[in-house]
Amino acid sequence: MSSETQKILTTDGIPLEESLKKAEKKNKIKAFLLVAPLLLYLLITYIFPIGDMFLRSIDDKMVTTMLPKTFKAMEKWDGKELPEEEVFEAFYLDYRILVKEKSFGKLATQLNYEKNGFKSILKKLARKQKKFEEGNYKEQIMKVHKRWANVEYWRAIKRRAPEYTYSKYLKGVDMYENEEGKIVQVEESRRVHKKLWLRTLEIAFFVTLLCFLMAYPIAHLLATLPMKYSNLLMICVLLPFWTSLLVRTASWMILLQQQGIVNDFFVWIGLVADDNRPEMMYNKTGTYVAMTQILLPFMVLPLYSVMKTISPSLMRAGKSLGGTPFVAFWKVYFPLTIPGIGAGCLLVFILAIGYYITPALVGGASGTLISNQIAFHMKSTLDWSFASAMGLMLLVGVLAIYWVYNKLVGIDNIKLG
Amino acid sequence: MALPKYTETQYRIWHYFYLFICTCVFIFLIAPLFVIFPLSFNAEEFLVFSDGMKRLDPDAFSLRWYHDMIYGTKNPWGLAAKNSFIIAIFATLGSVLLGTVAALGLSSRHMPYKALIMAILISPMIVPLIISGVAIFFFIAKVGLAGTHLGIILSHIILGTPFVVITVTATLSGFDHSVTRAASSLGSDPVNTFMKITLPLILPGVISGGLFAFVTSFDEVVVVLFLAGLENTTIPIQMWTGLREQLSPTILAVATCLIVLSVLILVTAELLRRRSERIRGIAR
Repeated sequence: MSSETQKILTTDGIPLEESLKKAEKKNKIKAFLLVAPLLLYLLITYIFPIGDMFLRSIDDKMVTTMLPKTFKAMEKWDGKELPEEEVFEAFYLDYRILVKEKSFGKLATQLNYEKNGFKSILKKLARKQKKFEEGNYKEQIMKVHKRWANVEYWRAIKRRAPEYTYSKYLKGVDMYENEEGKIVQVEESRRVHKKLWLRTLEIAFFVTLLCFLMAYPIAHLLATLPMKYSNLLMICVLLPFWTSLLVRTASWMILLQQQGIVNDFFVWIGLVADDNRPEMMYNKTGTYVAMTQILLPFMVLPLYSVMKTISPSLMRAGKSLGGTPFVAFWKVYFPLTIPGIGAGCLLVFILAIGYYITPALVGGASGTLISNQIAFHMKSTLDWSFASAMGLMLLVGVLAIYWVYNKLVGIDNIKLG
Repeated sequence: MALPKYTETQYRIWHYFYLFICTCVFIFLIAPLFVIFPLSFNAEEFLVFSDGMKRLDPDAFSLRWYHDMIYGTKNPWGLAAKNSFIIAIFATLGSVLLGTVAALGLSSRHMPYKALIMAILISPMIVPLIISGVAIFFFIAKVGLAGTHLGIILSHIILGTPFVVITVTATLSGFDHSVTRAASSLGSDPVNTFMKITLPLILPGVISGGLFAFVTSFDEVVVVLFLAGLENTTIPIQMWTGLREQLSPTILAVATCLIVLSVLILVTAELLRRRSERIRGIAR
């Protein structure tokens, strides 16, 4: 096309191309304005608070702001031997303010996390410092308690100087930074979190597997039965789906209790003796049974919607070509259901990994998951930064699962109901 | 599902085994709900079937737990039900409003960065609830709304909108945009077009999204546990406390009411789904 070719003009005399571009842009803005309110709302109330969780989890300003002069004086200290007089003086000045404001208890708690034994010596110092004379604070402080003359304690204070820390994340996997700055595991008896992570993965995995094994046959039945029967059976799937989670958990608590119906049944068929009824609640069994039933519809629905689209003639074709029904199923039917399997497993696994309510009610001590630990720190210990750190670790795990799923199956292949 | 006459024995056995497995799974799915029902009419205080109930003795059944639920002294259910409904209704309205408008924008083919924005909009649904709970709590506490109805409503709007966005975009995917263009060419302004043409067509999707949002809010425990004070207790919170402390038959009476409610919702949702499929012309 030569440049002399006349451009097509609209009736207003503007080139058509430009006019179309303008209209396109206008439409873009229009579409965006419609989405904007919800997007803004979610950004402010949800996405930024998740960012806030991150800041909270690494925030360590509390001690930094409590002992500003001390940390300034400590900058020059190499941490090998006891600090100089000026550090002691700065610490005395900072601490005097804290005692006056009655907030030295917080400092004691924080420093005690770092090294055991801080609480008592800080308390003692709070009492004694009132009678301190001016000058030579090093000697006066060291006289309060012999631990003040121990360089380890001063190193512990110095470790809290940075405003940010990743110690909460280390704590989440039962590690900590020791005095030499090396990352090591905590003592064997205090390794609770790693066990909890593994248990969460284990329960989520087996619940997903159980759900898959149970959902596949019934989804197949629902998809192949004539409409009038399948609609009726579909209610059995949908009713639990729409019923309150707590109602379903309550019914499992009734069923699984020691004098409950499941135990009655086992006694009746002679599986267990009447005086030796097994404990099926407040342990892992309870968590498995209740979670599987509660999450089962989330597996059935995607499977069903995929199976519904598979023509029955495909199986017949497979059989007529000489495959046994099993071969026909395995080579023809099963591969076609993979998108449904993927969607169902992803959904159930992700829901299971973050489950809180049901394990808290029927799980007892051995059947609780990582979410219970997060809730515990949110509500009981009020260690919100640790709860945030654990929450974010879980979130990263969940996002990683989505990523892997997207690579393997493709997120667009998901079919939900 | 009748088997053809020529089926070999081993496949016949296999088929009956398959039906047996399916029956077991269906019982596993639905039976727990039916346990609650008779036990809520138990005349006694224990959560097991009494001998009288097994004999179907009329004296073994009573409405005393329902009576207790409504008239019991210092019982929390009245307040909890009121709170639950208020919170759920306003949260649903908010979710439907924000979600429908956003879905309209999202299904426009001019929408830039569609995938990213969609991911953000449905993120509250895919992020584990406990994490959402912590994040939302930090926000609500920061703006000073912890322990208020408004705070809980705002947080339930967050959790409810993804459902509305998903159902409405699904409805809009089968939407024929030429009808709105026809309306505009006939001189209708955009608002009028939306109210008269678009809305009636996508209404089933909007309502079923709303139902999802309502159920999500009505059944939500985790966020409310973090946020609620004594005066904004809800039904799930009361059930949670009850189940943790002492499983009383009154809870079963409440649970029965909730099951009835979910049956109603299920029927509505199912009717809407069929209507929506008919309108979109994809009914099979």
